[in-house]
Amino acid sequence: MEKLLKELTAAYGPAGHEEEIREVIEEQVKDYVDSCYTDTLGNLIAVREGAGPRLMVAAHMDELGLMVTHVDENGFLRIARVGGVVPHILVGQRFVFSNGTAGTINHEKIDELKELEWSKLYLDIGCSSREEAVEKVNVGDVAVYDQEFKNLGQRYLGKSMDDRVGCAVLVETIKRLPRQLPQEVIFVFTVQEELGLRGARTAGYALEPSYAVAVDVTRVGDTPESLVMDVSLGKGPAVKIKDSSLITHHGVREIMFSLAEKNGVEYQREVLERGGTDAGSIQLTREGVPSGVLSIPCRYVHTPSEIVDKGDVENAVNLLEQLCLYPWKEV
Amino acid sequence: MLLLEKLVSASGVSGNEDEVRSLLKSELEKKDTGYRVDTLGNILVENPEVEQQGPPRLLLAAHMDEVGLMVTSIEDGGFLRFDKVGGIDDRVLVSRKVLVGSKKTPGVIGSKAVHLQKPEERKKNLRAEDLYIDIGVKGKEEAKKYVQTGDYVSFYSPLQELGHSCYKGKAFDDRAGCAILWELLNEGRLPPFHAAFTVQEEVGLRGALVVGNALDLDMALIVETTSASDVPGSKEHEQVSRLGAGPVLSIMDASVVVDKGMLDTLIRVAEENEIPYQFRGFNGGGTDAGALSLSRAGVKTAVVSVPARYIHSPCSIINREDLHYTRKLVELFVKEVKGKK
Repeated sequence: MEKLLKELTAAYGPAGHEEEIREVIEEQVKDYVDSCYTDTLGNLIAVREGAGPRLMVAAHMDELGLMVTHVDENGFLRIARVGGVVPHILVGQRFVFSNGTAGTINHEKIDELKELEWSKLYLDIGCSSREEAVEKVNVGDVAVYDQEFKNLGQRYLGKSMDDRVGCAVLVETIKRLPRQLPQEVIFVFTVQEELGLRGARTAGYALEPSYAVAVDVTRVGDTPESLVMDVSLGKGPAVKIKDSSLITHHGVREIMFSLAEKNGVEYQREVLERGGTDAGSIQLTREGVPSGVLSIPCRYVHTPSEIVDKGDVENAVNLLEQLCLYPWKEV
Repeated sequence: MLLLEKLVSASGVSGNEDEVRSLLKSELEKKDTGYRVDTLGNILVENPEVEQQGPPRLLLAAHMDEVGLMVTSIEDGGFLRFDKVGGIDDRVLVSRKVLVGSKKTPGVIGSKAVHLQKPEERKKNLRAEDLYIDIGVKGKEEAKKYVQTGDYVSFYSPLQELGHSCYKGKAFDDRAGCAILWELLNEGRLPPFHAAFTVQEEVGLRGALVVGNALDLDMALIVETTSASDVPGSKEHEQVSRLGAGPVLSIMDASVVVDKGMLDTLIRVAEENEIPYQFRGFNGGGTDAGALSLSRAGVKTAVVSVPARYIHSPCSIINREDLHYTRKLVELFVKEVKGKK
């Protein structure tokens, strides 16, 4: 699992530019599924055939990034955010483009931190002229956090755990599943979740699932003076009840609770006040899809250094495996 | 009269696109171009050959609606209070000439005269709720003869030529796109794409949403108008686009990530044909591309825009060369992706 998560978090794949991460995941899963293809927007769809209803399991491949909007005459790059990046965590951070070009973020002179706004930030890639810079990167190119994956003992530290840890849970589950399943299970590695749950929406439309489960990270309330939230790291995966994008389907949620209890998987009940997941857009496709969310608790979501717990990840795989084996009939 | 001039003279605030629609319909009828108007009011020009030709089934779209105001109440003194329809900066409103309702009753947006304002009031920006429309009547009863609550209000701003190469007017966003689309439809044989003149873009890409549901598409190109901010006080890196620098290609905005294949084709076509172009240096804002790209099982989309200064105000400025090159780029893009059929 560690090797897989390290490989997935290292792959480049900001929202709208998921080619590289898609290849990495496709390579991992293609021998374990009946078919595997990419759709119009770039979602990777891996199908395990079976009779009966169709269960869609989704995790998003995309990560946050910064897009170059302008290259100035001295070779400095101006940037705009791709997804929910905030300026104050960027200063001093290293970023890397798909071609390996690296750089660091800094800012024009300011008197107070609150003056730190996007138009004051720039990315320095070590070039001294526009001509030199555009040989490496140009307007429209997107950079991602440049951060190494670390094993902290019981926990993992790295960039883009959101939602490469979800992708890793799907990949691991796909590999563990037996030959026969009680229904068709379609695993979808979605694009552009960070820009508004976009890939999941068109995939949900095309696949017409009977049920859907998204696997994504969620926030925690167990750090010093944090916002109140009843989810902690290390107490098991969370079964979502509500976030800003959906109220999970009651029946789907109950199946998740009972499977966890029956199989002795420690889990948490999650109410997330802000934030959304792919399940929010899948449940509203066509005539509606009963949807639930399996969440992996994660500290410091959207920063370059996100932390997840090994036991939570392992138990998320266990629970997802049970969800795929459960005969979904009526919810 | 230029079609663009007719189009920008028409009132077409979001949800009230009738005048623009009628104009386009009569132009289409002159050439016997078949069309239908859907439930929300979008004009769809469907080419049956598109389905026979196979992929990419291409849609070209431009929105008919413009930003404006709506009357929310009539005061006893006959003054009209209003709400904004679409994104308008409150500070561009005061002292503007407007036309109210279907009778196009002329009026002026008024505010308390400067000599009546308290010192602290003078320092503040006038907000929309501080302003009113004065249609020159004595009281509520007289006002009711001309206007009613719910009437749409559009800016009065006839097209004018500025200098040798520019036009000033309202609603270039997106009548410029409508004019380009109409010209492409009007070139003899029905071109190998579907076309849509959409409604309610300015209030949330609404018309395009149902167009995307109605048509089975592989690809959509949106012909838009975007903000040119090459003006005093704006640093180079803060500029969305520049007037006179050619069509603006979006890479991403708040509504869409442009399809890379389409973007590469647009760039290649521009370079091969010596069409100047620029990238949109801003990833906020949204266009019909957002709604279309997520329709059904997903549609590849791109956006080409005419740059316009002072967009969403009564007086925006566009450049004729930009208009010409935008049209040319769109036309050549269609030829390229449709294999010169």
